[in-house]
Amino acid sequence: MAEFHSLNSADARPAENKGGAEQAPPSFKAARGRVGRTRGRIGEILFKILLTGGGFVVLVIVAGILLSLIVNSVPSLAAFGPAFLAGTTWNPSGGEFGALPFIVGTILTAFLALFFSLPFSLSLSVLLGEYFRKGPFAALIRTMMELLAGIPSVIYGLAGTFFIVPLIQALEMGIGFVPYGVGIISASIVLAVMIIPYSASLGKEVLELVPEELKEGAYSLGATRTEVVTRIMVPYSFSGIIAGITLALGRALGETIAVTMLIGNMNAIPENLFAPGQTIASLIANEFNEAGADLHRASLLELGLILFVITALITILGKYVIRKMSVGGSS
Amino acid sequence: MRDANLVIRNGVNVGFKAVIIVFSVAAVLPLAFILGFIAFQGISALNLDFFIHGSKPTGEVGGGILNALVGSGLLILIASLAAVPVSVVTGVYLAENRTSKLAFFVRWAVDLIQGMPSIVLGLIGYAWFVLPIARATGSGVTFSILAGGLTLALMMLPIIIKSTEETVRLIPVSLKEASIALGVPYWRTILSVVLPASLSGIVSGVLIAVGRIAGETAPLLFTVFGNYYFNADILKPSDAMPLLIFNYTMSPYDDLHRIAWGAAFVLVAFILILNIFVRLVVRRWKIRF
Repeated sequence: MAEFHSLNSADARPAENKGGAEQAPPSFKAARGRVGRTRGRIGEILFKILLTGGGFVVLVIVAGILLSLIVNSVPSLAAFGPAFLAGTTWNPSGGEFGALPFIVGTILTAFLALFFSLPFSLSLSVLLGEYFRKGPFAALIRTMMELLAGIPSVIYGLAGTFFIVPLIQALEMGIGFVPYGVGIISASIVLAVMIIPYSASLGKEVLELVPEELKEGAYSLGATRTEVVTRIMVPYSFSGIIAGITLALGRALGETIAVTMLIGNMNAIPENLFAPGQTIASLIANEFNEAGADLHRASLLELGLILFVITALITILGKYVIRKMSVGGSS
Repeated sequence: MRDANLVIRNGVNVGFKAVIIVFSVAAVLPLAFILGFIAFQGISALNLDFFIHGSKPTGEVGGGILNALVGSGLLILIASLAAVPVSVVTGVYLAENRTSKLAFFVRWAVDLIQGMPSIVLGLIGYAWFVLPIARATGSGVTFSILAGGLTLALMMLPIIIKSTEETVRLIPVSLKEASIALGVPYWRTILSVVLPASLSGIVSGVLIAVGRIAGETAPLLFTVFGNYYFNADILKPSDAMPLLIFNYTMSPYDDLHRIAWGAAFVLVAFILILNIFVRLVVRRWKIRF
């Protein structure tokens, strides 16, 4: 990678043709200065402004999103303050809004999904990151994993509605719960399937970063492959694996449509894991279009703001760890 | 004792690998399950009528997905037109300014947009596009294809930016050197040398982004809203494939479920074909250095 310097990179590249040092510029910056002295100059500057503008646009979008969410949730922020987070009543017609049932629902479904997904995603990362790195079997599993990640959320909702819901209903009848079918557990199972590819592909990447020398060292001491995986590779890439799981959690917290189709959409703290509930995302999906009162709308936007802030923090945390690892590993 | 220990360790070794394989296969099996069931349920719903008719009044048997097909087509078109120019410029900026402070923050911003829950983007689409378009056209609150397309464009940005950045980064510096040495200004070098050489990477990024947004439902709920009537006016609400699948699945009618399965088949087939096309065709164009 070292030879792919950008034209704008500050470090001057030594001229390759030492003999013609008089003509050969020490850096492209200087070369450009000489070549485009007159006519090219203006085009050059405009082009740089355009490029930099492209960078700024993205920053402006993110700042704008945060700002819009804050500004639009002001009525709710002013009316309830921090008590919004602890309130258990959500009564749009009475003008009373408390977010606790949805916060509980969101955390419950996301962590349950994470719990269900872990054995599968970890196995998948080890399989693709160590046992089968190449070959037709690896290609098949990897392709299936990538295609699974590309299936839209609404399709998971559709499949869940006609597959998981009847199954759960039968289970609930069997063990004596109210047979809703839809509920926290159904949403979590489908959510788990949805986030497996995400954490698995990140886990695979960090496992591949484990230096060969470390593994060979362990083998030469007589370790079995299992021991190399569990005592060398996993500890070495532990923070990266956790980061992948964290990013998958972020996905699960914000997932909307599949959850809306499967969670039962009941605005109350779920009594048990089989009961219907509501997540922040599914509540917004269900009520935003019907929200007439300003306060109702503002409360939903405040929930959107909360969701945005939480997922943003998770993204920053997860990506930070992954970036640090891949930079350290490849250099 | 030593032998027993070895036997145990070897046994664990074999067992561990078996467990890993079993769980991995179980993890990707839902794909076969979903695809198989969609094909099984969906193909029976398909016929010519299915594609050339819109929705029928509730309770009446029959009807098709024409409204949703046209709506989704227009949404993808608008989203791509809005997203591609901006994200290519941003991607080139990031690739050409690897170490600048601004690029550092821009990269984080791109990650934040990518990690943002789609429902939050739906809220933003409502605030940024639906309300201003309503104000501009003077009508009350109007959901529209235009608003939905622009919202989806926000979702496309990070994908295209990243693929552009990665491709442009890999263009060998010697190519740019050659161009600069011929006296070509920097901006022409980017436009006539770097971008054409990166075309396959950029195109595959765009197609992957299209595959991603084609099935997105949440950002459309508060922007295009859905429409039981045929509409190709981009300033009016319309149906879209994912919206149709969502609404019909949640409805109590068997006939609508049938249409939902058929629509799911069409949508998934589209996304899979797009994915395979990117893998097999677009990545092959790649100029290798």
